[in-house]
Parts: sequence; C-alpha cells; structure tokens
Amino acid sequence: MQDVIDPSILQALLLTTELAALTTLLLLILGTPIAWWLSRTNSVLRFPIKALVTLPLVLPPTVLGFYLLLILGPTGWVGHLTQGLGLGTLPFSFGGLLVGSVIYSMPFAVQPLQNAFEAIGPRPWEVAQTLRASPWDAFLTVMLPLARPGFYMAGVLSFAHTVGEFGIVLMIGGNIPGKTQVVSTQIYGFVESMDYQKANELAAFMLVFSFALLLPIAIWGQKLQINSK
Amino acid sequence: MRESNEIRLTLQKDTFKVDVELNFPVGQCLALWGPSGSGKTTILRAIAGLEKVQSAYINIGAEVWQDSSKSINLPTFKRAIGFVFQEASIFPHLSVEENLNYAVRRNRTSLAPSYRESIVDLLEIKDLMHKSSAHLSGGEGQRVAIARALLSSPKMLLLDEPLSAVDVNKKEEVLPWLERIRRELSISMVYVSHSLDELTRLADSVVVLRGGSILSRGSLVEVLTSADALIYRDAQEPSVFIDGLVTQIDPKWHLVEISFQGGVLWIKDQGFKIGQRARVKINASDVSIATELPSHTSIQNIIPAVISDITELNHPGECLIRVNCQGTFFLSKITSRAVEHLALGVGRPIWIQVKSVALLK
Repeated sequence: MQDVIDPSILQALLLTTELAALTTLLLLILGTPIAWWLSRTNSVLRFPIKALVTLPLVLPPTVLGFYLLLILGPTGWVGHLTQGLGLGTLPFSFGGLLVGSVIYSMPFAVQPLQNAFEAIGPRPWEVAQTLRASPWDAFLTVMLPLARPGFYMAGVLSFAHTVGEFGIVLMIGGNIPGKTQVVSTQIYGFVESMDYQKANELAAFMLVFSFALLLPIAIWGQKLQINSK
Repeated sequence: MRESNEIRLTLQKDTFKVDVELNFPVGQCLALWGPSGSGKTTILRAIAGLEKVQSAYINIGAEVWQDSSKSINLPTFKRAIGFVFQEASIFPHLSVEENLNYAVRRNRTSLAPSYRESIVDLLEIKDLMHKSSAHLSGGEGQRVAIARALLSSPKMLLLDEPLSAVDVNKKEEVLPWLERIRRELSISMVYVSHSLDELTRLADSVVVLRGGSILSRGSLVEVLTSADALIYRDAQEPSVFIDGLVTQIDPKWHLVEISFQGGVLWIKDQGFKIGQRARVKINASDVSIATELPSHTSIQNIIPAVISDITELNHPGECLIRVNCQGTFFLSKITSRAVEHLALGVGRPIWIQVKSVALLK
C-alpha cells in the first residue's frame, strides 16, 4: 500500500500544481491590462501585439523554448541582467519554467479576457464616468465585475494549459526531479524507462483531471450564452 | 444677470465635421433637433467629455470644463453632468438600489438625505428598488437611469433620445417625469430628439442641426414655424405650437378661452384654471383661409391675419401658407388651386379658420 504513490510522482504533482497556480496568477495580472488595451485601442500597434500574443498557439513549443533558452541563458541579455542582479540564470530552474509557462499560456488568458471586455462594450464604462467614477474606480467597480465570466474562463484555461504543457518545459527546465520535473515530463520519463504501468497511471490521472477542469467551463459557457439571449 | 451656459465645439470624426456654438440660460432646456447623422449625439458626448474634439470652450454656469485655448480639459468624471443614454444603461451587476447608490457614493457635493428620497418619489421608482436590473421594462429602466443621473447632482443634464428605446405606447411612463424634472428642479438640460412631441413638451429653445452645423435656432415656436425647419417635417404633418394663458372659462358650453399674443382660441375645457399656462398644437391642414369674414360657419375660431409667405409643398397641388397674426404665426395647408382662386399673395390680410386645436400641456 505504501508504494501506491511513488514519492517522485507526488513531487511532480505538487510542482505541477504550484507552477500552474503561479502561472495562472501571473497571467491574470499581466493579461488583464493587455486584454483591456487590446479591447479598446485603435492604435496600429494592436495588430503586431495581438499577433505576438497569439504566437504561442501556432509555434512549436521547442522554438519558443529554444529562444528562451538563449535569451535567459548565461550569454543572453536577460541572463546577463539576472546574473547582474545576483539571481543566477533562469534555465533549468523553477523560475525559468514559470517564465516559459507564462509566455506559452498567454493567449489562453488574454483571449477570453479580451472577449469579455469587448462583450461588455464601451457603454458601462462611459456610464460609470458620467457618474463621477474615475477610470480606476470604473474599472474596479464596473468592468471587473462585469468581466467575471472572462476571468473564470481565463483562469481555468491558463491553469489547464500550463498543466498540459510539455515541450517548452522540457526545453527550458530539463526534467530534473523535484526541481523542474512536472507531470507531463515525468510521464515521458516513465515511458523512456519502459515503466508503462506508472506512465499509464499518471496519464490516466491527467486525462480525468483535465476533463474535470474543462467540464464546468463547457456547462457554464452554455449557461452564459443562454443568459445573454 | 442670469448665468448662462456657453458651449463652442469644433470636431472632426472621419469625414464628418461638427462646428457649433450653443448658448442658453442656466436652468433651461435646450433641444437639439435634426435627422440622424446631423451630429446631435456627437455634440452631447462632446459636452460630456466622451468625444475627442479639436477645439472646445465649455462653460457651464461659470464653471469652465473645457477651454482649448488654455489647455483646460476636465475628464468626464470631473464634469458635473448627468447623462441619460438612448438605451437603459443600468449596471446589470447591481440592483436598482445599488445603481442609485453608485451615484450617491461618488457625489462630492453634500447631498441632503431628503434629496435622494425626493428624487425616488419624483420618478416613482420606490417599488422598483429591490428589483434586479434585468427585470426592468424599458420605461422603468430609463426612469431609474434618470434618477441615478440626478443623484450625482448634475449642473447639466444631457439626454440622448432617452425615449427611443421605450415602446411608443410606454413613452408616457417616462415623459411626464421629465416634464416634472424640468418644472421642479432648475437644472440645465440638453435634450436630443427627433420627436416633435417630446420637444414641444420639454424644450425652451431649439437648435436645428444639419450635417454638423446649425441650420436655425430660436424659441420652439420660432423654429417650428420657420420655413427651414419644414424640411424635417416632410413626413409629419406641418403644425405650429402656440403658448398661451387660460383667460376665461365658459361653463355653459364647456369651453375655455386661451389668449396668445395676437388673439384668442376657444378650446374644449379639460379641467383648466384661469391663469394656467397652456401650449397648443395646430396642424396646418386644420387651418383654412377666407378672404372675407365668414359668417355662417360651424368653426368657432376665426382670427384675422396677414399672409407672410407661401411655399409649395412636395406635392405640386398643395401649398403651405404662413400667416402672421400680430406676431404669432400659423400654418395653413391648402390646395394650389385655392391659392389662385382666392388670389392669395404675400401681404394680403385674410381670416384663418381653425378647425381643431390639440392641447399639449
């Protein structure tokens, strides 16, 4: 009974959860201003920014991971910066994983948030300001509550997508147990070492987990559509 | 001297240019009238600071909100406006009461607790207070929106076709309350509409807009009887609006006499008091012209006047005659043949016979 849960599996699960939770948090904080800006600007800059944010959807994770490795590595410009600050280098550390995950899951946070802001339209924002609410006030008391469905959607998708990422984690984090080994890379490790039993257990767990995460969104998305009719 | 509101705006939106100057006394209701695309809504939004302008001078009752020459430009939330949008713009995530509180909490003037109550009473929305905003009808929603706007103590109430999203037969759910606001609170108002009915009930003066500039302006009666404004009434029945006072009541025949500058009109008594103000509407097709004083006629309202101009209407068989009755203008729609047979011409004294008069307030 005691070796039903392999300590290395537990470790990977914990690390995965930690990574996904932190990535989601950072993405909601970073994604909100980007989505807000994209939903209201007429600047020509919106096209390149939008394309840039969407890039991780189509790019092989290895490409992204490769460049991150170069930039964050000891000879890259961010690497110089982090070393100068006494932080060492990010690749093959949890910090590096976090940076990679945030960039890689960016579209999954920005897209639903932008859609939510666009669906609200400019009117409530204007109304709030005609009622003496400053832009900050209007954002916090009107736009945020009205965009709540978008935040749920962005949160769940970012979390699920981070849990499910593989290529970029492998490129930038390696597969160091306890440090950068997450569930997806651990499954890969099990398969490589021909331990199909453990790979199967973990893979099945992931399947059920991701499904359970996405099911409420599917149900809820339908409800939202009905409500808005 | 009475304080006044001074508004000068120049702005360019794509190929559309707005260039207007609007001045009117504090506490009055100015109506912007014109076809869609004439710039009414843009002007209203620019006064609120919601529209980018090229240059503007906005001085509301001795408070400068915008002055491009001095780089003064208060953001919307620092302007003491109340804005009522076309569609009910109640925050859907808040109840009716919370919507009102939203305005109260951000109101920087110290609000007497009784004021809130009086606004709620004025618009009769007490029973809606705990309703969720999703369950309001169009008319109810607009009443809540008007109350909410008033609760931020505006110096200037801007109304952008507030009744356009309200069913035609439900307009009476809102219009009387707007009239009441105009009567009881002395707030300056700019009212955008293309409904003549709304304007005649609310406006002190009217600015007629076309293509972003002012076509004509003046008191309601002046604007509505000027030939320029007729362009906009092609689809509607040309008519005039006359303000008067109730000066006599005839209990035997249930009639009242309304005196206006230049004469009197007798209309059906509808529970008037002597001295009461009345505004009546007279359609041009209800006014006929006689060259001699008619003696055997069922028509009771016969008034001497002088023809001041004759305009051919869209249909070549019809003419619109504007007559001057000692300073008050009437419109009469008659056939072109009648014009010729009676040899009507500008300057000729005639009698008008008014067949029917509609009372507005």
